[in-house]
Amino acid sequence: MSILVDKTSRIVVQGITGKEGSFHTMQMLEYGTRVVAGVTPGKGGQKFENKVPIFNTVKEAVQKTKANVSIIFVPPAFAADAIYEAADAGIATVVCISEGIPAMDMLKVYHYLKNTRTRLIGPNCPGIISPGKCKVGIMPGFIHREGKVGIISRSGTLTYEAVDQISRVGLGQSTCIGIGGDPVIGTRFIDALELFKNDKETRAVVLIGEIGGTAEEEAAQWIKKYFKKPVVAFIAGQTAPPGRRMGHAGAIISGGKGTAAEKMKALKRAGIHVCKSPADIGKTVAGILKKS
Amino acid sequence: MNIHEYQAKEILRTYQVDVPRGKVAFTPEEAEWNARELGGQVFVVKTQIHAGGRGKGGGVKIARTLPEVKSFASQMLGMKLVTHQTGPQGKMVQRLLIEEGIDILKELYLGIVLDRSVSKLVFMASTEGGMEIEKVAAEKPQAIIKEYVDPQVGMQTFQARKIAFGLGLSGDQIKNAVNFILSLYQAFVETDASLAEINPLVITRDGRVLALDAKMNFDDSALFRHPDILEMRDLHEEDPLEIEASKFKLNYIKLDGDVGCMVNGAGLAMATMDIIKLAGSMPANFLDVGGGANVETVKNGFKIILSDANVKAVLINIFGGIVRCDRVAQGIIEAAQSVKIHVPMVIRLAGTNAKEAADLLRQSKMHFEVAETLQEAAKKVVQILH
Repeated sequence: MSILVDKTSRIVVQGITGKEGSFHTMQMLEYGTRVVAGVTPGKGGQKFENKVPIFNTVKEAVQKTKANVSIIFVPPAFAADAIYEAADAGIATVVCISEGIPAMDMLKVYHYLKNTRTRLIGPNCPGIISPGKCKVGIMPGFIHREGKVGIISRSGTLTYEAVDQISRVGLGQSTCIGIGGDPVIGTRFIDALELFKNDKETRAVVLIGEIGGTAEEEAAQWIKKYFKKPVVAFIAGQTAPPGRRMGHAGAIISGGKGTAAEKMKALKRAGIHVCKSPADIGKTVAGILKKS
Repeated sequence: MNIHEYQAKEILRTYQVDVPRGKVAFTPEEAEWNARELGGQVFVVKTQIHAGGRGKGGGVKIARTLPEVKSFASQMLGMKLVTHQTGPQGKMVQRLLIEEGIDILKELYLGIVLDRSVSKLVFMASTEGGMEIEKVAAEKPQAIIKEYVDPQVGMQTFQARKIAFGLGLSGDQIKNAVNFILSLYQAFVETDASLAEINPLVITRDGRVLALDAKMNFDDSALFRHPDILEMRDLHEEDPLEIEASKFKLNYIKLDGDVGCMVNGAGLAMATMDIIKLAGSMPANFLDVGGGANVETVKNGFKIILSDANVKAVLINIFGGIVRCDRVAQGIIEAAQSVKIHVPMVIRLAGTNAKEAADLLRQSKMHFEVAETLQEAAKKVVQILH
């Protein structure tokens, strides 16, 4: 089944003619994703690589192509605006790849979207992939395999590492969601877990977290109450010093809160299998799934 | 990005937030001059460093005459100030804030921070001024007043009144506190701050409400739209290697360990540091080369990592998606020709063209351990360290 994106998803790329947008649109098309439209204000009427029609606005793209998923490759100063535009056009799922959006902008976006039917994934994320069905993001498709493990991650390349390990032990992924490395994001661990809960294809979930905030702790409490499928977790940043932003805007230990140790403790208490080493993720998932 | 107390007060002044009169001084002469300009009988000489606990560490002194101001200034400028927040190595004092003395009636606490669990800004206030808020939160959580701000409508006046009355204020203090709170909120939002802490928030005998100390941090992602705040950056407060790295657009943070690392992606970089710890050592740095791992990046990354005298070994972990591993391998080989690599290295390249990369590395005349999986890389790090 997979969640959020599948073979029927119709994707519009916001920022299709930019350097990032154009490169990744080619990659998505190669993967088999149905990219039906692109938007670059001022370039409406043109065609991307003779394959994808470009429009001036997301509204027009939706009218003409019935696009229902959007991926945003727009510079951070303009990304919040792009998200609003997609929501206004009625896009159901917006994936925002852009890194560096000011937190104040995202605060407003987050609360605005609550009153719309738009779900935001990201920002500062690699996107979503349902292997074999649809890739709406920048992840390397070839490391993924169709399967039963759902992945929810705050990271990019660390997610690929986990995916690769899982594929190598003979398992596969149902859907991988990069929720992003920022402090304010559209979809949290719990939101994604709810989707996996109702997905028959997903038999186990891998959570990849990191220092900063309390999302993993909140997820742990939720899992204990509502989630019966096995969960494996890895939390990056056991060696991170306090007060420093470790690459991701959201990866910061503030006022003593948000340490990896605290998160690992909370997850363990909820019955989640916590990997001490990132090298053990695939092994741990295999151990659980192959037994059952 | 962090700034000094005097800079935060400069910003707050432009938003009509009440702060003591004062000015920064870089020399004892300037300090005396500033005090003369201030006039009055009481002067406060405050060291300016990016760390708290300055009072307890001897970094804040009260002077009653101009010669005293000058003498304190001479002692404090150039001193190494150690506080419980600076670490044992302390920080060198290069700037002082010369401020008017304030007649303190009460000391309170006021701060604004982002509450990530609900994605809203929250005001935190307490009557326990002068104490660290984490301590109050741990020992007397009921003493903290919280007011969450709806980002779509902003801070409302009634919320500021709730805080003011909640802090036990009355009469003129209420009006002044409400103005302080609303102005502070405006300053926070308009400057894209990530933290504002007024500790202590002081009430004077004549009902004034002012910031005796002010700490403001800013969202790095928003600095592009605040060139005036960017100008307040004090490079002296930052690590020289980190400053060097930022010139090459490398995301580098210096740490205390002895195994250097170079990785693409922040999460993977942190996970790689964790592997180093599990191998029995500690990371010397965080370095995320991002999606741009080319020859130049690799060369510059190497130079920076190896400039750290503590580094006894290096672990490179690249998971190439768009980034092609053979290009990274080429970069490492070329970098090794121009940068003297005098420590053992473990190189793990996975993903796109990983096999070609491994072949290139094995064929080169360089000495390093090549690993395919993260597990292997972890084992080899342990091996080369022991």
